[in-house]
Amino acid sequence: MRTQCKPSQFIANSMQKIPPSGIRKFFDMVSDSEDVISLGVGEPDYVTPWHIREACIHSIERGETSYTSNYGLLELREELSKHYTRRHNVYYEPETEILVTTGVSEGLDLAIRAIVNPGDEVIVVQPSYVAYVPSIIFAGGVPVTLGARPENDFKITADEIRAAITNKTKAIIINYPNNPTGATMDRSDLEAIADVIVEHDILMISDEVYERLTYEGTHTCFSSLEGMRDRTILLNGFSKAYAMTGFRMAYALAPKEIIDAMMLIHQYTMLCAPITAQVGAIEALRNGEEEVEKMAREYNRRRKLIVSGLNNIGLDCFNPRGAFYAFPAISSTGLSADEFAERLLTEYKVVTIPGNIFGDTGDGFLRCAYAASREDIKEALERIGNFVDGL
Amino acid sequence: MDEQTRNILEILEDDARTSPEEIATLTGMTADEVSKKIEQLEKAKIIRKYKTIIDWDLAGDDYVYAIIELKISLERKLGYQAIAKRLYKFPEVRSVRLLSGQNDIAMTVRGNSMKKVAFFVAEKIATQEQVQSTSTHFVLKTYKEDGVILDEPEQVKKLVVSP
Repeated sequence: MRTQCKPSQFIANSMQKIPPSGIRKFFDMVSDSEDVISLGVGEPDYVTPWHIREACIHSIERGETSYTSNYGLLELREELSKHYTRRHNVYYEPETEILVTTGVSEGLDLAIRAIVNPGDEVIVVQPSYVAYVPSIIFAGGVPVTLGARPENDFKITADEIRAAITNKTKAIIINYPNNPTGATMDRSDLEAIADVIVEHDILMISDEVYERLTYEGTHTCFSSLEGMRDRTILLNGFSKAYAMTGFRMAYALAPKEIIDAMMLIHQYTMLCAPITAQVGAIEALRNGEEEVEKMAREYNRRRKLIVSGLNNIGLDCFNPRGAFYAFPAISSTGLSADEFAERLLTEYKVVTIPGNIFGDTGDGFLRCAYAASREDIKEALERIGNFVDGL
Repeated sequence: MDEQTRNILEILEDDARTSPEEIATLTGMTADEVSKKIEQLEKAKIIRKYKTIIDWDLAGDDYVYAIIELKISLERKLGYQAIAKRLYKFPEVRSVRLLSGQNDIAMTVRGNSMKKVAFFVAEKIATQEQVQSTSTHFVLKTYKEDGVILDEPEQVKKLVVSP
């Protein structure tokens, strides 16, 4: 008889450095509950606009089921290039400076692996999306987390970044409009950061996937700032603006040399993004504007509904100017974010996500996604109100 | 159109019963401002009417709908407006539209039976002097009415928690 093994003995040591996802726990708690209202999702409640789905169906009917160029369909890259020239006045060469990826998640992984040497530090501005830190660890880099402060409406300042930079710093990752806080940055805020980037000769990885969901002020694309085009890997995608999360359709924009390096990994690990999704993305860019604006207007109404609702309950909620998250402070209740979210779920069946999952400075806050119907938001507010009153 | 007007119109078009208080919450205006704005929009006839979309089939009433297309020969001095006016005054006529293309006017007619609708067209519409010809299409099923899908929508299950 052959000797037994423990499957765990085969797992790489580096996997132990990856903290388990805090969101997973909530997912498990919810899956068997009924009558649950979810403000816990990071995706639009809308279905992808029909003209986009229809274009994909038609493409499959025509038999477009092959691989595409590793970079993605040239037609799509050309549309993206035009889109960025038109909207942000920054030009990317379609043949060499645009890489179509399978979600921003892949783009992020490629970006980090393409630039990080073992021991390199990458600054991650938090609270932010949960994938940044693990991606850096996977690549053998050292994540340096930097908390944006609630007093500053969760914007990060140039001085705070400057203080976190060492001679090992290779890059910094920011995400505005921000998941989970809904914070946005003004052009002047970003200009100050651009100065620091040049001062210390580092790279910016800017995740702008919530760009189109900016309700107050206008979004400034980081690479459109003077001198920043060659110092930025810009990540963006179709998930949030066009309600296309399941299509896994995104892209990276960067100087040729960096895209070349990202391509080395992409061509051997992903080969190319799915062709059907790419066809949908072309349709989205060509004819999706009206729907994007319509969805954004409705998110904006829900934003006002949820922010005023939370404030009325007594949960102090700063004004989120983008994305689709409200981020109320719950410390006045005496509960930790974890306790609050867990009890709210088990006692009142409302799913929210504790802010500490997204970084230390998110502790004491709660992420409430308002990508839910107005009826659900109203019912959730009612239940949250009852929960807080009963504490 | 300013942003707040568009907001109010979009909210009401989707649900005419939304209260001024609720619209105020959704827009950041005060309820008074909303009420005043709505009054202005009503006065300006931008808001025409508050209606309910009813699935009469489901309610059990056997209304028959027909789409009637008309070819019109215009008389001197009288434009399409004149014939449209004669047509839309019949309560059976639910909508009247001037068209480009082969036919000139399309209207929707509602009646209690196919016979009634057919007779209505034969007696009241085809006999109009300017009406050259009519072509009647009875509606067998309505899938979507005024932007509202009457078919049972399929429910898609999504995750309740995601990053």
